[in-house]
Amino acid sequence: MTLKSLLSATALAMLPLGAGAAFAEDLPPCDNCSDSMVLMSWGGAYQASQVAAYAEPYAKLTGVKITWDEGSNEAIAKMRAASEAGNMTYSLVDVEGPDSQRACDEGLAEEIDFDKVLAAAPDGTPASKDFGAAMINECFVPQIVFSTTFGYRTDVKEWNGKVPEDLCAIFDLQTFPGMRALEKRPKKNLEWALLCDGVSKDELYTVLSTKEGVDRALAKLDTIKDHVVWWSAGAETPQLLADGEVVMGSTYNGRLFSAIVEQKQPIAMLWDWEVFDFDGWVVPKGLDEAQKNRVMHFLNFATDTQRLADQAKYISYGPARASSQPLVSKHATLGIEMAPFMPTNPANQKNYLVNNIEWWADNQDAVEVAFQNWLSK
Amino acid sequence: MTDQTANGPMLAADGTPLKQSLNRALRRQKLRAFLLIAPLLIFVLVTFIAPIGDMLFRSVQNDIVADTLPRTVAALSKWNAESGAPPEEPVYRALASDLLIAVAEKTHTQLGTRLNYEDSGFSSLLRGTGRDVDDMGEDVTKALVAIDPIWDEPTTWTNLLGEPAWVSAQADWDKAGGKTAEPPFVLSPVAQQNLPLTSAAFADFARVMQTVKNDSPTEKRPWNTVAIGLTEDLKANPAAAGAFGTEWQPALSAIVAAAQMGTIPAANFTAAFTESDKAWATPQPWSIIKIFSPRFTSGYFLNAVDLKMTADGIAPRADSERVYIMLFLRTMILSLAITGTCILLGYPVAWLLANLPPRTANLLMILVLLPFWTSLLVRTSAWKVLLQQQGVINDLLVWAGLVADENRLVLINNQTGTIIAMTHILLPFMILPLYSVMKTIPPSYLRAAKSLGATDWTAFWRVYFPQSIPGIGAGSILVFILAIGYYITPELVGGAKGVFISNRIAYHIGTSLNWGLAAALGSLLLIVVLVLYWVYDRIVGIDNVKLG
Repeated sequence: MTLKSLLSATALAMLPLGAGAAFAEDLPPCDNCSDSMVLMSWGGAYQASQVAAYAEPYAKLTGVKITWDEGSNEAIAKMRAASEAGNMTYSLVDVEGPDSQRACDEGLAEEIDFDKVLAAAPDGTPASKDFGAAMINECFVPQIVFSTTFGYRTDVKEWNGKVPEDLCAIFDLQTFPGMRALEKRPKKNLEWALLCDGVSKDELYTVLSTKEGVDRALAKLDTIKDHVVWWSAGAETPQLLADGEVVMGSTYNGRLFSAIVEQKQPIAMLWDWEVFDFDGWVVPKGLDEAQKNRVMHFLNFATDTQRLADQAKYISYGPARASSQPLVSKHATLGIEMAPFMPTNPANQKNYLVNNIEWWADNQDAVEVAFQNWLSK
Repeated sequence: MTDQTANGPMLAADGTPLKQSLNRALRRQKLRAFLLIAPLLIFVLVTFIAPIGDMLFRSVQNDIVADTLPRTVAALSKWNAESGAPPEEPVYRALASDLLIAVAEKTHTQLGTRLNYEDSGFSSLLRGTGRDVDDMGEDVTKALVAIDPIWDEPTTWTNLLGEPAWVSAQADWDKAGGKTAEPPFVLSPVAQQNLPLTSAAFADFARVMQTVKNDSPTEKRPWNTVAIGLTEDLKANPAAAGAFGTEWQPALSAIVAAAQMGTIPAANFTAAFTESDKAWATPQPWSIIKIFSPRFTSGYFLNAVDLKMTADGIAPRADSERVYIMLFLRTMILSLAITGTCILLGYPVAWLLANLPPRTANLLMILVLLPFWTSLLVRTSAWKVLLQQQGVINDLLVWAGLVADENRLVLINNQTGTIIAMTHILLPFMILPLYSVMKTIPPSYLRAAKSLGATDWTAFWRVYFPQSIPGIGAGSILVFILAIGYYITPELVGGAKGVFISNRIAYHIGTSLNWGLAAALGSLLLIVVLVLYWVYDRIVGIDNVKLG
């Protein structure tokens, strides 16, 4: 008997007395399961929150060896390559909603029987109801809700004490002069441009579906084009804001949270027409039986109500389960209340959009070319 | 010449003809040389040439349409896209049969992604219709069930159409709890002969049930296309009702009678598809399927040069969709500019390196090599810090009073940023070949020129410079070819207008997953480099290039 298994045996024997008792009861046995997993995620603070909230607890409880691969920004390309090579090297892959749609459409991801695989809420609500709108397709196990929103510097002299209160401040160079940071992609930018050009939320995608609609959005963006720094990684905007290179910019709300709260930069958040997106797991096709069993067992644990709420202690992204919301509490190390920084907080949701995955899946290519073409002119 | 006989060939010492003996020796030598390079050759072939060849092959590969919609492609061959009218009912029915299989195998979404590259909206069209296709022709099945409820039973169909040996094997398999491999469905010859449409549709259904769904065809009522096939088979050949023995006669005869009376509705897939999506009533989606049905396509290459295939032939893309030619040109122009600045900056440095006393030259050489040894990402990120508007360079300029605080220079996130950062990164590739060539130019030539009365400039321009041209040639080729395929530096400092074609290739590989287009763009880039190399060889001559 090795030292490790001895220790875990002792731990198990002591469990009924210890605080971990609830854990052990939660965790059903896993038959015919592999003893290692390769998880693909985003690296950085997000992956750290996953490790702390459920990967490490799971590894401790089961002795499973978890290896991380920080490749999620090209997840689908990697899954496709592994699948074509006939050797799926990833057990579980963390992707954003649109990528899960891609994986599902391309037959790269397993369809999941949600209520069979995932844990029900403590009050017995089945998982499929508890996740609600976050279940965007039959392959995607949601974890968090994040939003893309704006941050601005709070110390700009030229603004004469005014601060941006709505989204359209981005297009107001008179009142709010200075450089802006926007993502080097058409998605979200076109929607925001049309919203500030007087299109209502309901008509947004009807307008955008025509060539004139895209041109109209680009024409609106044209008005600030010379004042924009285009970013391609979410970490750029907080850095640009901190350096004073830009006075306002879009990025993921968690990135702004760490710039504001953890690094104490003179930056504030603008909650108006933020765009919601989901991030979650997909199970790649082509796993052997033991791997698949292990992954399903892990998913059941990692996406239950308590674990998702725990994750919010480490990063300001909202849990995707309705039943986890009330459990969201204070930051694990800073001790501040997390709710005001959460995209799921009702106070932050006066105007918002939800990423229209279907529309973008169909129109991405055409709109992307038009956008790139516009950018380079 | 003692070995030479009067009229025979020259002989070696052992009596064989000299030519033959020489050849043998040479062959052995060649073989030995080949064996020596074989490990490298095999390594390069396996890890480099083969994967790249496979990737580039995707630029013309287009199996997916013919593989996913074989019946539709065959049915469409008779349809004329220029007629301006949508195709006839059989084509709609062929598509329904293809889609039923594709939906079960989930390949219709892949096909949608492929055709969406050519006509955006195709992906949602196929996905939407894929959801509805199961219900198309439902009224025919309902009519059969109304005539006789046995048609609602899955086993009725398997017993009628399956080979009796298979039927019993399947029953045994089912009884054993489905633990072993399912016996693959076999059509009975009687059914095949008398009910051809029904048999064909049911064989597809059974195969999909067994291989894709891992389910038994005895447990699910077959697709509506099977019921439709049965109605039509019996209508066309009423005698078939008697071919299956007396037990089947009443049920089949009832269908024959109903079919002749017209109580069974005729299947109308045209209407069903149009109801699912109005686009199917137009020729547009059909002509896209037809144009892209061959197994090899020029579509990706056309897209890579801003053209597209339409029913009327090759046409330029709309203005807002043209981007690649512009990016190719920009890549060329910026790479040329970078090569130019590298020559201007590298030449004096190389000259110093070659002419200073060894001790100083060595120190200088280390200064040249030091950045060369530093990670590319680190150097690029350092340029970000230096060049940004609140960065070191702008701060210095403002402090020196050369630039006003509110008019700081924009040195990054544009083409200036790309040129500055890439010049720095590629400079060693210019300096090193220049240096090694200059090192071989004897200093006495310059002294001789001056002693004969040449000015400094004449001595340099007429004597020194021509001898250093091979170095410039080698450096330029290196820098230009490296620059043309550069990716990470333009991505980080190029902003919107300073990015290269390789950034688009990376985008299509990693994000949009349009690997065919990425392969086509990559192939074009390779061709451009080869053509430029050829032109260079014609003008400068590759023999004039020296790396040392």
